[in-house]
Amino acid sequence: MAQRSLHRPRLVTICEKKAETPLVTTLRWKDATSARPGQYVMVWVPGVDEIPMSLCDTGSLKGIAVHAKGEATSALARLHVGDRIGVRGPYGHGFRLRPGKCLVVAGGTGIACLAPLVERLARRWPRPSVVIGAKTRSELLFVDRMRRTGAEVVVTTDDGTAGRKGFATDAAYELLNRNRYTQIYSCGPEVMMRITASLAQCQSAPVQLSLERYMKCGIGICDSCSMGGIHICIEGPVLDARRVMHLPEFGKYRRDACGRREKV
Amino acid sequence: MADLTVEIAGLRLQNPFILASGIWGETGATLARALRAGAGAVVTKSIGTEPRQGYANPTIVEVPGGFINAMGLPNPGIDAYKEELETALGPGKPVIGSIFGADAREFSALARRMEGFGVAALELNLSCPHAKGYGAQLGQDPDITRKVTSVVKAAVRIPVFVKLTPNVASISAIGKAAEQGGADALCAVNTLRGMAIDLDLCRPVLGHGMGGYSGPGIKPVGVACVYELFKAVRIPLIGIGGISTGEDAAEYLLAGAAALQVGSIVYKKRDRTFRDLCRELDRFLASHRYRSVRSLTGKAHGGS
Repeated sequence: MAQRSLHRPRLVTICEKKAETPLVTTLRWKDATSARPGQYVMVWVPGVDEIPMSLCDTGSLKGIAVHAKGEATSALARLHVGDRIGVRGPYGHGFRLRPGKCLVVAGGTGIACLAPLVERLARRWPRPSVVIGAKTRSELLFVDRMRRTGAEVVVTTDDGTAGRKGFATDAAYELLNRNRYTQIYSCGPEVMMRITASLAQCQSAPVQLSLERYMKCGIGICDSCSMGGIHICIEGPVLDARRVMHLPEFGKYRRDACGRREKV
Repeated sequence: MADLTVEIAGLRLQNPFILASGIWGETGATLARALRAGAGAVVTKSIGTEPRQGYANPTIVEVPGGFINAMGLPNPGIDAYKEELETALGPGKPVIGSIFGADAREFSALARRMEGFGVAALELNLSCPHAKGYGAQLGQDPDITRKVTSVVKAAVRIPVFVKLTPNVASISAIGKAAEQGGADALCAVNTLRGMAIDLDLCRPVLGHGMGGYSGPGIKPVGVACVYELFKAVRIPLIGIGGISTGEDAAEYLLAGAAALQVGSIVYKKRDRTFRDLCRELDRFLASHRYRSVRSLTGKAHGGS
């Protein structure tokens, strides 16, 4: 086995840029490092910041889905093909694939880390159910990509401009009543994940959640991403709901760059 | 099993291994985790008066021999840290409150607050190597070190430790100044100034540029500083810098340390850190026929 390389950004060149929605841009680069769906990379925009981004493509072409909302994500969204960024990782625990029929519940850009998972699931096991929820039609991400896998895709929008009007959890509730699932995966707003995990309790199917917290070191030292003493950067970002549901901050608060608690 | 307990400035520790400041210390829950995982005590992240974001990432980069980091003293501010301490004190073991200020007055106000929150001792951060107006910028000056220490000592009843920077011509001079100021113990050393440059981008990797080097690579520097301080002062020393094994710990003890702090090794060993170090130190003591940790302190200074 190759020796572990140092935790230090390695430069990669963006080879593909695509506007997926008015808010979300995907950036891709060639990188042979092995990665699992659910893992993330620390992305360095030199002179700006370094931030954790879940991989939306985990093959030899790596990708991230950038929702420009802060300084670093806005800088990323302004980059062009040929520009260079620094990358550390892939880091963290990704999704564990379990055989059987699966339910995937995504909210907003949460589908980004779930998309490569669905592609793998759909190749191996019976048709997974995928719920993609967004506020409105224009914010729906990767719907066609998910349909192409052969999965059963249910779209919801809060305002009813596409798919069913309502929340992703409404659709998840109906699917859980209709089908038996061996595994449930979810990523999105924490309130949505909390409800999803609660709904799933009736089937006693294990639930894996992908969590997001402010990160600095990415390697389990600095404690910025602590959730009840669990380091999301290396013990997550994917965790079993059983480990997360009882944590007082889940769905309630997160920490800012100073370590102050703020509402999620 | 040999006697691993130590007493330092009145603090009784089950073992000499203390979690160093800045590692696992932003939240009370993680400090409690370190204590449950066997730490003799823990030091909080350095806390200041106001919330502070710290520098932009990257804040850490790995280099041969360890890490270079420049976090920039991020912390939620002393008011918000109260609830973290309530959690950290849960396991009932000593929690040492690290504080940083721009002058003696700010230090003493923070010290009183920390004491009120229930910490067992204070650690004055006079050694962060890269924060403008804080840390080593005060701690490289013996007069300021003496002043800050004495003002804090006058303000609180709990023991006061001073954490020293190795980035000085004479660490003994600074250590003596802290002792004259009334310090109950000295912690040596904080990180060494260091930098990593990206060869393709031709720019420093860390957001702040300059950082502090920690890990196995700095152990000889830390051992030398402790050795020198042991000759210069009478107060107990807490050895810090690249301790990864029980033998590393023994080396610091022989140089003159009475207790130890560990940081970078937590990256590798996480919850196993403290139990592994205790087991390794115990094995060293047994194989060299020492009955206690205490009997090692300063033994490298000859038979005198």
